[in-house]
Amino acid sequence: MTSLPSITLGDEKLIESTCRQTPNFNLCVQSLKSFPGSATADVRGLGLIMVKVMQSKANDAINKIRELQRSAPSPALTSCASKYNAIVVGDIPEANEAFSKGMPKFAENGANDAANEATFCENGFNGRSPLTQQNNAMRDVAAITAAIARQLL
Amino acid sequence: MEGIEDDVGHVPLLEAEEEEEEGRRPLRLRGSYLGIFGSTVFLVSMAALIIYQGHDYYDEAKIENKGNNNNNYNKVPRGVAEGVSAKSNSFLSETTPYNWTNAMLSWQRTAFHFQPERNWMNDPNGPLFHKGWYHLFYQYNPFSAVWGNITWGHAVSRDLIHWLYLPEAIVRDMWFDINGAWSGSATLLPGGEIVMLYTGYTHQQVQVQNLAYPADASDPLLLNWVKYAKNPVMVPPPGIGPNDFRDPTTAWFGPDNKWTLTLGSMLNDSGLSLVYKTTDFINYELNDHFLHVVPGTGMWECVDFYPVSINGSVGLDTSANGPGVKHVLKASLDDTKLDYYAIGTYFIENDTWIPDDPDLDVGIGLRLDYGKYYASKSFYDQNKQRRVLWGWINESDSEVADITKGWASLQTIPRTVLYDKKTGTNLLQWPVEEIESLRLSSHEFKELLVKPGTVVPLHIGPATQLDIIAEFEIELLGSEGIVNNVEGCGVGAVERSAFGPFGILAIANDQLSELTPIYFRLSNYGNGTSTTTTTTTTSTSFCVDETRSSKAPDVSKQVFGSKVPVLNDEKLSLRVLVDHSIIESFAQGGRTVISSRVYPTEAIYGAARLFLFNNATDINIKASLKIWQLNSAFIRPFPFHDTQ
Repeated sequence: MTSLPSITLGDEKLIESTCRQTPNFNLCVQSLKSFPGSATADVRGLGLIMVKVMQSKANDAINKIRELQRSAPSPALTSCASKYNAIVVGDIPEANEAFSKGMPKFAENGANDAANEATFCENGFNGRSPLTQQNNAMRDVAAITAAIARQLL
Repeated sequence: MEGIEDDVGHVPLLEAEEEEEEGRRPLRLRGSYLGIFGSTVFLVSMAALIIYQGHDYYDEAKIENKGNNNNNYNKVPRGVAEGVSAKSNSFLSETTPYNWTNAMLSWQRTAFHFQPERNWMNDPNGPLFHKGWYHLFYQYNPFSAVWGNITWGHAVSRDLIHWLYLPEAIVRDMWFDINGAWSGSATLLPGGEIVMLYTGYTHQQVQVQNLAYPADASDPLLLNWVKYAKNPVMVPPPGIGPNDFRDPTTAWFGPDNKWTLTLGSMLNDSGLSLVYKTTDFINYELNDHFLHVVPGTGMWECVDFYPVSINGSVGLDTSANGPGVKHVLKASLDDTKLDYYAIGTYFIENDTWIPDDPDLDVGIGLRLDYGKYYASKSFYDQNKQRRVLWGWINESDSEVADITKGWASLQTIPRTVLYDKKTGTNLLQWPVEEIESLRLSSHEFKELLVKPGTVVPLHIGPATQLDIIAEFEIELLGSEGIVNNVEGCGVGAVERSAFGPFGILAIANDQLSELTPIYFRLSNYGNGTSTTTTTTTTSTSFCVDETRSSKAPDVSKQVFGSKVPVLNDEKLSLRVLVDHSIIESFAQGGRTVISSRVYPTEAIYGAARLFLFNNATDINIKASLKIWQLNSAFIRPFPFHDTQ
């Protein structure tokens, strides 16, 4: 099966030039291209898409946390649960509204905070984290989102 | 604790001083063995402070840095002078999860700083005085402790200190502000009318300026506001981006019989201030040249523009002008989250302004506050003929904590602003005098000697709500003309140099496991009577060191500060307002100001203490202080139901 050539050269250039100014070019391009609408989005639209990606990574983490809470509960896990709750209840809505309402500095705040929370969650396990993959994923996409917000300042 | 009785009297540093100098106010801790034990702990902790300099959070963060592969976000907090927003740094010093208790979080709420009952606040808006009441409006999220759903909160006060909450004044209910009722300013017209101009974000995602006015100007509380039916009154002009056009200032009346106002924008990364003229606040003309522009400073938010008297004794109405007047231009830089100001000359003939010193231009020179501070706005208080400055103080903790505790952000205590006629280069900011109405009991200390490497406890009772005024004298030890090349704040108070740091330790516990040093560091100090050969200029830095303010890993802990001008005939002086999780520090009468947020886990409630310290190596310090306990301001909803 061949994938549809869905992106014109002009649009690809915006995704690429935007992603070049983020900490993780490949992940940025891959994340954006996996969402419909990225081809025709402006930089702010790309930011909004990344917030959706953040939402999806947060959900992954929360699902994994729930699973672990059944089999191997721990204080570190409980702490992670509250951190991801804050990401979902605070950071993501803040970033979403900030991108849509043209106040990118608060999108940067929210995304940076999400990256921090994922890192604190990871650190809480003293090197034996069962959530490394999810935390890294959250942190990486949040850092990309923050970098896109900065480009709008 | 068996050894305690042996230790009675054995607090070497403090006891020795007491024996040497007669008639000196005793420092010995009286009474309890616990006190003596505590003193011994001070000594040990001080030794730890001096000797084990390496083991502080700054170094731990560096160690973390080495251990990680992905260094994109594991950055050591950017240091001294930059004060970058906490939310843009990672601060990863501990490896165990930190659990905030309700006690710790509740303690953080302030007693006399303006903050809503709950949820998020940011910029102060439209401050004014009308019919006996001071009004404060503010960017507010009615639903959450993070930014969003922004409306105008509203509160009133008789005295800028005791605030009463009122219902929201401006909500997002028209197409021209449906996506945001953002910041703005009030202009008081000679006939008593009030016009409010504010930025709206439209349904088409364009920043515009809207006009609103009180529904009933005879209502002293100004509860209800009407939006002009044909808003917006200003839209982004050609060449200006739809997201680069916001925060209109108070207007001033000029010899052309028009009102002039300004608002910030940017072109190609140059921050600038657009000028508009109006006669009716409905129709506006854009000037073809900017009030001022500074390349490389990015978007200017919350521009403020006002006259100051070079005589420096009273505040001036925004429309004042003349030979004895200079103008201050201030901008909040979107890129760096810092507030800058510059003093200069306003050419009213063509509405341009130039700074007195181009090296200290807006965005590259002096800052209003070197700590956690943004989006400041001033107004002319016609009631007391002073210019009063508000500033937004964001949180430096995590959003998890903000959501858990249910609130985020404070306003500073309002400050008067005056031109510093002694230096001619700085503004002076000072807490409004009404804060003195909160003063309860006081303690006075005269010429306390603090030797190098020592900490002196100040026994003042509770130490979470304080007004501290202090003066420091320096006694040179050893040879004169020592030049020490440590300038500035350094990595914090652990970094010793010949002539600093010394100052006070606020929100500190007995064990000194959590503490916030507020200090001076001199680059040089010569004995004037016998050494006139020194040609090196002494610089004095004024700093606040948050790096050990809390053991919690998920709060921002930076060293903030700046050089502060000190004239030859001046002693070093500071004033500090301590109010739970905020500390406002003023040096040299307000020439340099630092606002700081602290989130201790142990130095809270009755465990919080106040100390003097001297971590310099070559000087004694003599400190004289007066310290007041401050009452709560009992900020609460307006008592509409009272029959009074």
